Amino acid sequence: MLLLMEKQGLGLGLEITELRLGLPCGEPVEKKEKKEKKRVFSEIQAGDDDDDENSSSEDRKVQTKNQVVGWPPLCSYRKKNTVSQTKKYVKVSMDGAPFLRKIDLAMHKGYSDLALSFENFFSCYGIREALKDADNAEHVPIYEDKDGDWMLVGDVPWEMFIESCKRLRIMKRSDAKGFDLQPKGSLKGFIEGVTK
Amino acid sequence: MPRLAYSFPEEVLEHVFSFIECDKDRGSISLVCKSWYEIEAWCRRRVFVGNCYAVSPATVVKRFPKVRSVAIKGKPHFADFNLVPEGWGAYVFPWIKAMAAAYPWLQEIRLKRMVITDECLELIAKSFKNFSVLVLTSCEGFTTDGLAAITANCRNLRELELRESEVEDICGHWLSHFPDSYTSLVSLNISCLGNEVNLSALERLVSRCTNLQTLRLNRAVPLEKLANLLRGAPQLVELGTGTYSTEMRPEVFANLAEAFSGCKQLKSLSGFWDVLPSYLPALYPVCSSLTSLNLSYATIQSSDLIKLVSQCESLQRLWVLDYIEDAGLEVIAASCKDLRELRVFPSDPFGLEPNVALTEQGLVSVSEGCTKLQSVLYFCRQMSNAALDTIARNRPNMTRFRLCIIEPRAPDYLTREPLDAGFGAIVEHCKDLRRLSLSGLLSDRVFEYIGTYGKKLEMLSVAFAGDTDLGLHHVLSGCDNLRKLEIRDCPFGDKALLANAAKLETMRSLWMSSCLVSYGACKLLGLKLPRLNVEVIDERGPPDSRPDSSPVEKLYIYRTVSGPRLDMPGYVWRMEDDSALRVS
Repeated sequence: MLLLMEKQGLGLGLEITELRLGLPCGEPVEKKEKKEKKRVFSEIQAGDDDDDENSSSEDRKVQTKNQVVGWPPLCSYRKKNTVSQTKKYVKVSMDGAPFLRKIDLAMHKGYSDLALSFENFFSCYGIREALKDADNAEHVPIYEDKDGDWMLVGDVPWEMFIESCKRLRIMKRSDAKGFDLQPKGSLKGFIEGVTK
Repeated sequence: MPRLAYSFPEEVLEHVFSFIECDKDRGSISLVCKSWYEIEAWCRRRVFVGNCYAVSPATVVKRFPKVRSVAIKGKPHFADFNLVPEGWGAYVFPWIKAMAAAYPWLQEIRLKRMVITDECLELIAKSFKNFSVLVLTSCEGFTTDGLAAITANCRNLRELELRESEVEDICGHWLSHFPDSYTSLVSLNISCLGNEVNLSALERLVSRCTNLQTLRLNRAVPLEKLANLLRGAPQLVELGTGTYSTEMRPEVFANLAEAFSGCKQLKSLSGFWDVLPSYLPALYPVCSSLTSLNLSYATIQSSDLIKLVSQCESLQRLWVLDYIEDAGLEVIAASCKDLRELRVFPSDPFGLEPNVALTEQGLVSVSEGCTKLQSVLYFCRQMSNAALDTIARNRPNMTRFRLCIIEPRAPDYLTREPLDAGFGAIVEHCKDLRRLSLSGLLSDRVFEYIGTYGKKLEMLSVAFAGDTDLGLHHVLSGCDNLRKLEIRDCPFGDKALLANAAKLETMRSLWMSSCLVSYGACKLLGLKLPRLNVEVIDERGPPDSRPDSSPVEKLYIYRTVSGPRLDMPGYVWRMEDDSALRVS
């Protein structure tokens, strides 16, 4: 059924084989360029555009790499308990709540952890009920990224999110008229994480 | 000539089989003939399920009606590094439910990377009268309320171990639910709990359980309380401290040192969060008999580490942060001649510059001085082919070798070449190598070496390596004993997978993420290999909405006898096999 590869090796010889899964016009699957969102590990983070809380008090200037998801391979338990990386405090506002709060993203291990914090901070303002019903959630969590754009929480891997999140806002869905806010994938998981 | 297989009564065979503990041997026995299959099944007491989706609970309880001890593993290994999204699966509830009905005498449950809820824990507490061992490693989904159900109801509990699990800490009083009459505790590990437990309840528990051998505390237990706990359990063999730091007070120190001296059986130490080095000498009385030392959370400098470790002449296992530095590893090479396992973790994994003087040299030293070294996990920032070659020649008895050079695709720092030759030397010289993790700059060549020499290799982890499908082909076609293969961010696509599709049925599982495997290839694999579950994980939405040639985000393929799983979340798609499409 499937073919003998030994003689030809898997280099060019395979172009001749039956199992071709490219387009009918015969293009082989090419090596893709790295996707934009996964930047080269050793790119140095561009400057410190952080506010006071994020700057290190050490003499030596510590620059952290743009973090590739899940690399280096350390389990979250160990990452959490190892010498603290820079703290990452961001403001969180919720529509309808009179006071903003501050959350240290570095102390959270993932989106569901973050959802729990939201619950703790804003439960008396109805977020628990709001997040229970993902599809009809009255509130939607969004964040402002480094470019100043407001993004839906949950689209990108957690480590990438911490890196780019500048502030958080729990927005009333009704303020986002005309946008498709169907929670997909991570966001749905994020919301479900709270309701479990 | 009498046919021997029938000349022994069943009871005799059963008795003989009871001496066979190894699963593989049990499997072989069951293949001899039908009656041996049945007798073996009847008397099997322990079952290990390496992948909870490879077989259904119903099948297991039906075949093995008298099981007393169960071990089950769930999520793929890369879940440890956040590569598996939330809600993926590995729910233990169906297993508990089936066993509650079938195994009223079940004693032991050991789970790894599974989701276990409070409801499960309550069901366990209610269903198994003789329940004695619960070990949860890297699990999640439960709270301290669930633990309270266990402590309150399991009269015969001997072991309760929570290792690196996510526990929602609601209330520290779960520990107090052990009745005062309860004294059978042998092993307690609460190291991963965030909040305080009721300390006086803990003290009373520890002192009345005279068989207690293992006590692993959590960070919240203050150092001042440790001495009392130790005095209550001088027979302890394994201890995990809480926070190992407080104001330096001579009387606290003296108290602690005396308590440690009283523990004559102590062989294993761990914990050591927030260490104040001046309290380390309290440990000196026990150092020479230690066989296992886990300092991987201890942020102490090389000199303090050296003073401690140089006294541990019986050490067999050492886990430590890279604060140990090359100098410290040299001391270990000279002092710890019995060392079998070394793990060096990074203190600053995301920093750009090295913060400590730890290089490949440290590992080379240990490989020279510690002749019994067989298991290594080493994080560092530079490596050379020469060093790997030396390590390989020094330690042909190596069985597990995991090297993590922190920068992906880092070349040999001396020659700027790929590290193919170095890892090649490892697989060539270490003929019993069972587990290997690669890192650094690697071409297809390293996989050729692995396929050629890695005949005993069972588990291989690959990241940011290789050039073409040839690399993957070498591994799949050459590694005869490969069981688990996990790959991330490598340019491997369809060709090698499809050419070696049959190999996948001989393995437990294959994980590939951020590679170049197309949706079309996944569909083809699923179609042609009905005994595999080919699961595409893609958070971008249905793969059908993209062309067949489009690479999938993540792919998890595993063999199974129970068909598609029924609990897949919205971002997992199983590729259908022929049987699903046949109209019968």
